[in-house]
Amino acid sequence: MSNIITVKDMCLWYGDNQALKNINIEIPEKNITAFIGPSGCGKSTLLKTFNRMNDLVPDVKITGDIKYNENDIFSKEVDVNSLRKEIGMVFQKPNPFPMSIYDNVAYGPRTHGITNKVKLDEIVEQALRDAAIWDEVKDRLKKSALGMSGGQQQRLCIARALAVQPKVLLMDEPTSALDPISTSRIEELVMELKEKYTIVMVTHNMQQAVRVSNYTAFFLLGELVEFGKTDDIFSHPKDKRTEDYITGRFG
Amino acid sequence: MLNSSLSKKRKFYEAFMKVLMFISVGATAALTLFIIGYVFIKGFPNITLNLLLTSPSYLSENIGILPDILNTIYIVISTLIIVLPLGVGAAIYLTEYASNKKIVSIIEYATDILSGIPSIIYGLVGMLLFSNNMGTCLLAGSLTLVIMNLPTIMRTTQESLKTVPQSYREGAFGLGAGKWRVIRTVVLPSCIDGVITGCILSIGRILGESAALLYTAGFVHILNTQITALMSPGATLTVSLYLYAKERGEFGVAFAIAAILMILTIIINFAATSVQNYFSKRRSL
Repeated sequence: MSNIITVKDMCLWYGDNQALKNINIEIPEKNITAFIGPSGCGKSTLLKTFNRMNDLVPDVKITGDIKYNENDIFSKEVDVNSLRKEIGMVFQKPNPFPMSIYDNVAYGPRTHGITNKVKLDEIVEQALRDAAIWDEVKDRLKKSALGMSGGQQQRLCIARALAVQPKVLLMDEPTSALDPISTSRIEELVMELKEKYTIVMVTHNMQQAVRVSNYTAFFLLGELVEFGKTDDIFSHPKDKRTEDYITGRFG
Repeated sequence: MLNSSLSKKRKFYEAFMKVLMFISVGATAALTLFIIGYVFIKGFPNITLNLLLTSPSYLSENIGILPDILNTIYIVISTLIIVLPLGVGAAIYLTEYASNKKIVSIIEYATDILSGIPSIIYGLVGMLLFSNNMGTCLLAGSLTLVIMNLPTIMRTTQESLKTVPQSYREGAFGLGAGKWRVIRTVVLPSCIDGVITGCILSIGRILGESAALLYTAGFVHILNTQITALMSPGATLTVSLYLYAKERGEFGVAFAIAAILMILTIIINFAATSVQNYFSKRRSL
């Protein structure tokens, strides 16, 4: 099994405030890796660094390196837009654009130069099928995406991310704004997507990490405390802090 | 117990305040309705086809406001053509691109001051900057109005850009869209109603402006062709309203113009609200 993203000695500062300290982690390909840890531990920050969404935040300083398929993502030759095409993202709050369902999914492919109507139709249908929402929306593709329920919106956002055919899908607490039924649908979906994509998922919900992920990384105060197979982390944590967290002593 | 002197006092006080506020609202409504009614009653009988469709002539003593109507249209269009790209462009840069927030807030503060300056000062500046170089003409007038409306267009556009949720931008960036594409395809379409409303309100301001044009665009009532119009002096509706009332004593004509301007204002306000309704409906389809 190979690693698709490799982080080496990475530190990150927001202004004077160090948010990540000396992170070393390797994300295994075509697996689901869960990032867990209490609020403010840096797990979302690390996730957003993978596709350089932190570029949008002013005053961010990063040292160390991150390699995606052996390429340094901070190198000057890397086009950040192509990087984000390879490493897609699903956000905490569903954020469909205020346009039709079809246009939402077609946004990415259009951005990357696909204008052929037949081709677009195909991509949109496939993405919606992959996100397990095709049957619910196939009759109202031209309707506004804002009229959907929260859970549907989030699956639409997953479809939108899949439509650009990424290799990696970053998910930043994708179910935290959803009800239990929508949450379990998304979890099932994520487990299916693992066949084709590498998924990195930040979650506040430890049961979710156990249910869904193959690998788990536990963060605390900007440090990566422990990383390993999910079963091992939850049954035999090596670090006392991990044990305290997963048994609910703090968090 | 339940009807102490204190509660009586309070009841009286409540009733007294209610009457006071009723009087204020009555006076406000009555004044507004009186002015609208007065202008319409005085103006409508004087609006004739001859007035609308002819030029004035001292020889035949004919009075017509066709040149003034056309001048107004020319000024509105030429001002908008210049001010829209400038104002919207500046707003986009300041909200979406500029990274030095301090300079941005200084510019915003300056434009806020600029939009509060009496328009006659714009006229003075316009006269020195434009009319003294290119002569008194419609273009000098509309350039003056460009400076005057730039803050309004820029600030309303900025305010609407700021209402676009950051999550839309993040979503589009996350799909690998470049900055300009995000702005053009996601940000601007989500706030276009604000931009159009600002634009419509600016049209209203241009229509109503007289002080800044007295110095710069002149008082001429001659019919120009579209091509020569911008380089020729000409009076707009508001300026000729002033001229007919103050210099020629033609109050009938003045009220006719006033009624026309009033109708235009009503149309503009109506257009502004319908644009907002149209877009908010389209968004929630």
